[in-house]
Amino acid sequence: MMGHTDVLPPQASTDPHPFVIADREFRSRLMVGTGKYASNEQMIDAIEASGAEVVTVAVRRVDLDRKNDEGILHHLDPAQFFLLANTAGCYTAAEAIRYARLARAAGFNEWVKLEVIGDQQTLLPDTVGLLEATKTLSGEGFKVMAYTNDDLITALRLEEAGAVAVMPLASPIGSGLGMLNPYAIRTIKQRLSVPVIVDAGVGTASDACIVMEQGVDGILMNTGIAAASDPVRMATAMRQAVEAGRLAYLAGRMPRREVAVPSSPTTGMLSS
Amino acid sequence: MIGTETPPATVTLLTVNGDARQVPAGSTLAELLASLDLDPRLVVVERNGTILRDRASFGRVVLDGSDTLEIVHFVGGG
Repeated sequence: MMGHTDVLPPQASTDPHPFVIADREFRSRLMVGTGKYASNEQMIDAIEASGAEVVTVAVRRVDLDRKNDEGILHHLDPAQFFLLANTAGCYTAAEAIRYARLARAAGFNEWVKLEVIGDQQTLLPDTVGLLEATKTLSGEGFKVMAYTNDDLITALRLEEAGAVAVMPLASPIGSGLGMLNPYAIRTIKQRLSVPVIVDAGVGTASDACIVMEQGVDGILMNTGIAAASDPVRMATAMRQAVEAGRLAYLAGRMPRREVAVPSSPTTGMLSS
Repeated sequence: MIGTETPPATVTLLTVNGDARQVPAGSTLAELLASLDLDPRLVVVERNGTILRDRASFGRVVLDGSDTLEIVHFVGGG
């Protein structure tokens, strides 16, 4: 009888490369955002289903006139997750640096997902401001994970400037368009020494899988899960897609051919 | 004699998160946070552009009429 089993031998599902950023090992290659959920309960359920360890948060003014339950730490246990503060909404290096310092003063860690946005319509990064802020914050001891476009030269400059990870976009933030330029993402991964984590643009599980098949170290996503009709189910799909894509990358795909090659023997056919 | 001297100010006017706010004169930052029902461990305070890193000092920070405070916290984001 043909062997049929859902259980892989241990070595078949093992990743020989631990996922390490700046000497810290993380257990999941999927990082998730905490924005845009219908409720805090749904957010927590989706994050748990995603298996993510790193979750991003934003820094904002406390709304002094509203009920004091909007702070995310009332819902998210900082002992259970690694909080990665972002500088979303910042349009200058100075602004992003201020937000990063405020985030660090919250007292959890010195990591920051650095965003310096250059354009309101596309939310594409201002790479000049991004480089400046990366240099300053790295000099202050921050562990900077820099959200950038899929341009190799910028990615190389960010690494030189001290970024501990470079985060090229798959496509614009919140667009769900999937990976627009796999060649650029692969090139960045091949040329950088620091981890490459694709951030933004993943719309569904196949997008996440294809991103991981390029050999990048991880993915960060928010809207792809939060804006699904069933975020908890999509979070599960994303977890499986990231694992599948990573395994497929490690397994090494077959070469592409423009002609068919039979899978069954061409000899031993009956004479007509 | 009462009425012949200028009474001491009973309130301090300051700016908190962009809005004017008044607190009893001599209030500390810790008292302001308590009056706003905010847990000091869950917020970060920037006073006149300087982050107050030492939360234990909040009870000794007496608010001043020229103060501009930013009180921030973590919210959901991507």
